[in-house]
Amino acid sequence: MLRFIIRRVLGFIPVLLAVIIVTFFLARIIPGGPFDFIGDKSLPPSVVKNLEAKYHLDWPAWKQFISYMVGDEWKIGSFTVFDLDPNAPAHSYGVLRGDLGPSFRYRGQTVNDIIGRTFPLSAQLGVMAIILGLVIGIPAGIISALKQNSWLDYTATFVAVLGVSIPSLVMAPLLIWIFSIELGWFPAATWGAKPPYIQNMFLTPGFDWGNYFIHAAMPVFALGTGLSATFARLMRASLLQVIREDYIRTARAKGLHERVVIYRHALKNGLIPVVTVIGPMFAGLITGTLVIEQIFGLNGMGKHFVQSITNRDYAVVLGTILVYTIILVFSNLLVDLAYGWLDPRIRLDA
Amino acid sequence: MAVAELPAHTQLARKPRSLMSDSINRLRKNKLAVGSIVVLILIMVAAVFAPYITTGDFAKQDLMANNAIPHWMLFLMPKGAENYVRFSDKFIIGADDLGRDLWTRTVYGARISLAVAIVASTVSLLVGTVYGLISGYVGGKVDTIMMRIVDFLYGFPFLIVVILLQTYFKAVARRGVGGGFGQAMVSINESMGGMFFLFIAIGLVNWIGMARIARGQVLSIRRKEFVEAAKAVGAPDIRIIFRHILPNIVGPLIVVETLAIPGYIFLEAFLSFIGLGVDAPTPSWGIMISEAAPGIRTYPNQLLPPALALTITTLAFNFMGDGLRDAFDPRLKE
Amino acid sequence: MSSNNPEILVEVKDLKMYFPITQGIVIQKHVGDIKAVDGITFNIHRGETLGLVGESGCGKSTTGRAILQLYTPTGGEVHFEGQDIVKMKGENLRKMRRRMQMIFQDPYASLNPRMTVGNIIAEPLEVHNILKRSERRDRVKELLEVVGLNPYFINRYPHEFSGGQRQRIGVARALALNPDFIVADEPISALDVSIQAQVINLLEDLQEQFGLTYLFIAHDLSVVRHISDRIAVMYLGKLVELADRFTLYDNPLHPYTQALLSAVPIPDPVIEEKRQRIILEGDVPSPANPPNGCNFCTRCPKVFEPCYEQEPEFKEVEPGHWVACHLY
Repeated sequence: MLRFIIRRVLGFIPVLLAVIIVTFFLARIIPGGPFDFIGDKSLPPSVVKNLEAKYHLDWPAWKQFISYMVGDEWKIGSFTVFDLDPNAPAHSYGVLRGDLGPSFRYRGQTVNDIIGRTFPLSAQLGVMAIILGLVIGIPAGIISALKQNSWLDYTATFVAVLGVSIPSLVMAPLLIWIFSIELGWFPAATWGAKPPYIQNMFLTPGFDWGNYFIHAAMPVFALGTGLSATFARLMRASLLQVIREDYIRTARAKGLHERVVIYRHALKNGLIPVVTVIGPMFAGLITGTLVIEQIFGLNGMGKHFVQSITNRDYAVVLGTILVYTIILVFSNLLVDLAYGWLDPRIRLDA
Repeated sequence: MAVAELPAHTQLARKPRSLMSDSINRLRKNKLAVGSIVVLILIMVAAVFAPYITTGDFAKQDLMANNAIPHWMLFLMPKGAENYVRFSDKFIIGADDLGRDLWTRTVYGARISLAVAIVASTVSLLVGTVYGLISGYVGGKVDTIMMRIVDFLYGFPFLIVVILLQTYFKAVARRGVGGGFGQAMVSINESMGGMFFLFIAIGLVNWIGMARIARGQVLSIRRKEFVEAAKAVGAPDIRIIFRHILPNIVGPLIVVETLAIPGYIFLEAFLSFIGLGVDAPTPSWGIMISEAAPGIRTYPNQLLPPALALTITTLAFNFMGDGLRDAFDPRLKE
Repeated sequence: MSSNNPEILVEVKDLKMYFPITQGIVIQKHVGDIKAVDGITFNIHRGETLGLVGESGCGKSTTGRAILQLYTPTGGEVHFEGQDIVKMKGENLRKMRRRMQMIFQDPYASLNPRMTVGNIIAEPLEVHNILKRSERRDRVKELLEVVGLNPYFINRYPHEFSGGQRQRIGVARALALNPDFIVADEPISALDVSIQAQVINLLEDLQEQFGLTYLFIAHDLSVVRHISDRIAVMYLGKLVELADRFTLYDNPLHPYTQALLSAVPIPDPVIEEKRQRIILEGDVPSPANPPNGCNFCTRCPKVFEPCYEQEPEFKEVEPGHWVACHLY
């Protein structure tokens, strides 16, 4: 088990490295630089030149890459291992030392600052959406399967297909229209703006959780409905299949209580296909947060990611991509572990 | 099979049933699936004949009629809208903030979504099937290497790769590139309203899941005794692949691919939404939603056509995919 | 070997079929072999039925497939009318396949569900480009009649038939090329008992009619006894005994054969009463890691010193009776 985890984590290294290399060089070969335009105005060439020199964009690509990976200087005490730019103080310590470098467009801010500020909101949005998806989807799928071909099942199945078919792109504005504009129940674009803090909630005494959830409700719901529909569909289908298996018939035949049959025998096996989709779902979740943050105007990492692509702020783009990739690979690992727990036939260390 | 033991005349009178005709019969009984197929055909017809059922010019601006609505749509609007909206019955379902006809743009938007659906799924199906077929059929070292590559790519964040590719393609398209080949690609892309690069970006990443499924299917069929029987009679590999393996795997593969189509449509809409999809003024439903979303407080009507179109299309694809799955491979119900 | 010196059709010499076990993700290390067939030697005479029996997993199906070159043997030779077909490749091997065919165990898996019965039976003809298109259909109808099916079924699909009927279709396919030699891999073990006799009788009739030679693989000794001229017994990838059926049943030499035969019920209550069953202890060892010395030494009731040290030679102890055991 531990060996499996270690091996998998080691396996992440080439993936992460490949992501960094691909994104780094792809970003360099994309025509146009970060300082071509500020707003709609183009800057005079001399200014652009100065700015590019400041961020070392005038260096050859390999030198930029080294600087990005390990920093532009490395000193141990007074001993200098290397210094790519002796005339200036270090402006980056490199990804390997946990420094994602300065932002090109937000003067005086590092990528670490930006991600640190914006990631909590995206993470909360994603985690709450997935919890909502599970909490609604799994029971709905179970009820639907156990009461197969009842009106309850038909309704749930239909609603679920509707749910997977409405993209968050449509769901979000729809929710704003109905619940924010027409009914006025929930605020639309204020989550993360003060007062509903998104950081240190657990450390703040007397934190106003009610207020927090009111602000978070619509974004989370917009993202979570699609997930719950997916979970419900999968759960229903897989449970229906499991229920027909011989070992369920045996369990019933030996007189087990129906509840025991379902919870002890059917459910654990029925969950296997559900768990397999959670991995790919994280990728969809990331897309989802991009859309939701955009439409609800939330100051999350997704919004910054899209913005820095348009701004050509490569440092931020690369940094956020790295964070996304790490989330993805670790969620895949978690899925594999859950899989091994649910299905003893899969031996993780084999 | 009790049927075979019936008296001779009843047996002989029956027509032979292939697995295919059984499946089609099952599909026919699924009303939702049949209805969805009809809806999709209607959308397809509308997309093809768009010039005849619309004004034919999705980019034409009528600045005197920006945000205009026809009178019948007033019930959709927020309270007090009659004080600020412009009325113009020239537009069936109103105009957007640049005075472009929403009906025309929505119908033309179907072209983009359907093109993405068809091209992305075809590319993914073809590339994935061929890859999986080679990997699974040849086996051995070739299989190991090919599957390592796929596993590696599978861990990659696709969405991000697509976004980067599109950023690159867009920048290249805007600035031009030196080489003749690149230039040719850029002009192809321009003539397609920015769709060409979109196809490449989406197609490049979506074959991977397909390749895995195809390989799995090949492996399960390859072990079957009828494949051994074909080998025993001396059938060459090509014949085994095309007569024995492919016919037994295309069904499930097409079903899986159909179920993936809504994802492609979402992806296009999403990319267009963040400005990395097709080029303006080509109307994509994603672009239309992104244009309508900020004005939702005053002009919610503008959001409705693309949102409805997108939802109905994906809904139809989902129902059709479910129906195909149930009809063609009842075991595939996950 | 036997008195009238029969013509040898198939000669198997030291046939070995190993399946490699590999480990490792990036670099595949070869860590061992599953020795499914580990050096077996025997002959099949023209016109006879050689029964090949053994427990499941002992390598008997693999033997049949390796003889037909459906697997590429790891070692050894298979001579068909004197030609070594292991060395054959490409077109020569394809031509040779016309002479030897196979009937499969599972009539549900051995017919392609997407092809009509007509196309399935015609496939061998098509592959070898025998007969004109129009003549092929007639030939298929003829074959259907030969195996006792109504030629009217030519356009039906496999799933429209019962198990026994499907097995007949499989037989018709095997016959299409007029082969000399047919490997029948447990052709009746997936069928209802009531159907088994029909298929056995069909196979016997066809043998007479077309002068076929069978290698009949089975795990059921009573069926093998009925159909075979000679019987070979296999254990863990090796032949342990080979004799004509009367000798084998009346005078089994190898302890394994004796144990197998003791398990066959005798349809005579008086003798059945006295039948002493030899119950073998333990499980069959893994073919990836067979014991030293004799393969059977871990379970043999008559085991003694040399069994653990030396592998017994497969030798002819009396004319036509071969056995691999240190007792003889």
